[in-house]
Amino acid sequence: MEFKFTEENSKKIEDILKRYPTKKAAVMPVLYVAQEQNGWISGEVMKEVASLLGMPSDEVLGVVTFYTMYHQKPMGKYHLQVCTNVSCMLRGAYKIYDYIKDKLNIANGGVTEDAVFSLEEVECMGSCGTAPMIAVNEDFFENLDVEKADQIIESFKNRN
Amino acid sequence: MEKIVLPDIKDIHHINVYEQNGGYTSAKKAFGQKPDEIIDQVKKSGLRGRGGAAFSAGLKWSFMPKTTDKPKYLCINGDESEPGSFKDRQIFEFNPHQLIEGIIITAYAIGAKVAYIYIRGEYHKWIKLLQKALDDAYAHGYVGEMMKEKFGTDFSCEIYIHKGAGAYICGEESALMNSIEGKRGYPRVKPPFPAQNGLWGCPTTINNVETITNVPAIINKGWEWFSKIGEPKHPGTLLYGISGHVNKPGVYELPTGMLLTDLIYKYAGGVPGDKKILCIIPGGSSMPPLRGDQIEGVKMDAESLKAVGTSIGTAGIMVMDEDTDLVKVLARIAKFYYHESCGQCTPCREGTGWMLKILNRLVAGEGSTHDLDLLVSVASNIEGNTICALGEAAAWPVRYMVTRFRDYFEQRVKKEVTLPVANKVHSMRHTAFPLAEIKE
Ligand SMILES: Cc1cc2nc3c(=O)[nH]c(=O)nc-3n(C[C@H](O)[C@H](O)[C@H](O)COP(=O)(O)O)c2cc1C
Ligand code: SF4
Ligand code: FES
Repeated sequence: MEFKFTEENSKKIEDILKRYPTKKAAVMPVLYVAQEQNGWISGEVMKEVASLLGMPSDEVLGVVTFYTMYHQKPMGKYHLQVCTNVSCMLRGAYKIYDYIKDKLNIANGGVTEDAVFSLEEVECMGSCGTAPMIAVNEDFFENLDVEKADQIIESFKNRN
Repeated sequence: MEKIVLPDIKDIHHINVYEQNGGYTSAKKAFGQKPDEIIDQVKKSGLRGRGGAAFSAGLKWSFMPKTTDKPKYLCINGDESEPGSFKDRQIFEFNPHQLIEGIIITAYAIGAKVAYIYIRGEYHKWIKLLQKALDDAYAHGYVGEMMKEKFGTDFSCEIYIHKGAGAYICGEESALMNSIEGKRGYPRVKPPFPAQNGLWGCPTTINNVETITNVPAIINKGWEWFSKIGEPKHPGTLLYGISGHVNKPGVYELPTGMLLTDLIYKYAGGVPGDKKILCIIPGGSSMPPLRGDQIEGVKMDAESLKAVGTSIGTAGIMVMDEDTDLVKVLARIAKFYYHESCGQCTPCREGTGWMLKILNRLVAGEGSTHDLDLLVSVASNIEGNTICALGEAAAWPVRYMVTRFRDYFEQRVKKEVTLPVANKVHSMRHTAFPLAEIKE
């Protein structure tokens, strides 16, 4: 499916371009705008970003694949990111991670059949002092245990 | 104790409150002096980088060429992805204007007209908070063209936030610059150093968020005042981040040179259940771990930690109690570095993979003492043989965990190594016979 930026987003991109001396430097922020509009970075998105910034498609692909936060497939409406790095692990992160995996019956990187949830085991998120944590899309939930994690997931389920 | 970076002033993140408490007067004072005078004061203050290497900030600034026809840049490192580090986000949230003020003073000192603040992508909330503060600073004329009028100076600079996208390696300064340029975050071979050849080949200075947030106070109260706080060779305060098995984890701003035991027991409330400490990592997961019985009397500053065989890093202290499974912890650390290696250098790319594989074998209870030696040997072969310091960051925890906890790790691999038949022959000293004739 062809991808075009909305008028509003095109304006945003104009502003972004002013911050850098080269067009190419805008690729990361522009990809974020694209992901917000499209939900994920498809081949069509990359083509459009490449032509907009005057760079080869391959280079855009190189950037997309290097960074973990650009999704190369559609994710769930609520993307659950569970940190299992040391400080979280010491405070029970794997219990939470395993619980969610079982509850939603998906593996790392998986999406539920109804596309409501997706799950990702992530590296340290900077919440070590309030560990363990999960992030749901852009929001952090901290000082968790299995029970609280369950409540969070239920509340998103009901919101849906 | 007076706090420098995170003062106890309610709502100091609001520009009005910041102004009421003397905000942006340090910048005014700085613009009344020559750039070299600013650099000199910061040098004399003894301020050292808070991003890991504890390098003198003023000295770093003095490397910037004075005469060049190229634009100069300042990058502020807020990538904060080192496991165990969660301090810069406190600055974004609770004292963003002091960071912004520090940036305009630093930009003036080194002659940069543009500064980029690189913030890890996962910090959506903190990016928004800082952007709000930045918008307010622009609106009040403290940043951008309007600052000329506001401060009565010829100098002006722009500040932009660049959002990372989930790659620990982008905290490494040359990878960070590639990332801003719109490339994959591959570290660059050094030299040339950023002061000569940085962003878009132009002179560039990179400093950590906390480092720069100290600058307004140094200009305001003088380098002598700053140099007398904490340890003389590493003065000032630190945002100590304490996590893991403590009752009150969190960020504590205290002078450098605090006793590790005081931080853990007096500030962070001790270990739950009064358990003993098995292991601590003093500066984020890249730094060599210490045994619980090694921390008595150890102070938290660059020199003291070097003396006991570890490093201050980001002052992110991870505490592990006596019931911790260190093998699992080390395997998790190894997994992190394997995942985050950018893959440019063979020793790092392959070595991190091998270490993880061996450690997973240990976790599964299938390790041998030979594996312990192998781990140390693989780690040692990474160190010093790579483009960037992620190599050391991956190797140190493995090498020092295995050597400092040798007994612990040997317990976990108690199983005898099954030797091949020929070796048995050797050990039985039947070598006088032709090997083929020996029957078991
Ligand atoms: C793998 C790696 C990751 C790093 N991550 C960070 C980081 O997240 N934040 C940071 O300030 N410095 C980080 N550093 C250190 C930077 O390269 C650089 O030394 C630092 O930002 C300089 O600032 P300072 O002198 O004010 O400490 C990292 C270094 C390496 C090798
Ligand atoms: S040491 Fe590792 S992370 Fe650093 S450049 Fe080499 S491969 Fe990349
Ligand atoms: S280890 Fe999980 S947030 Fe730092």
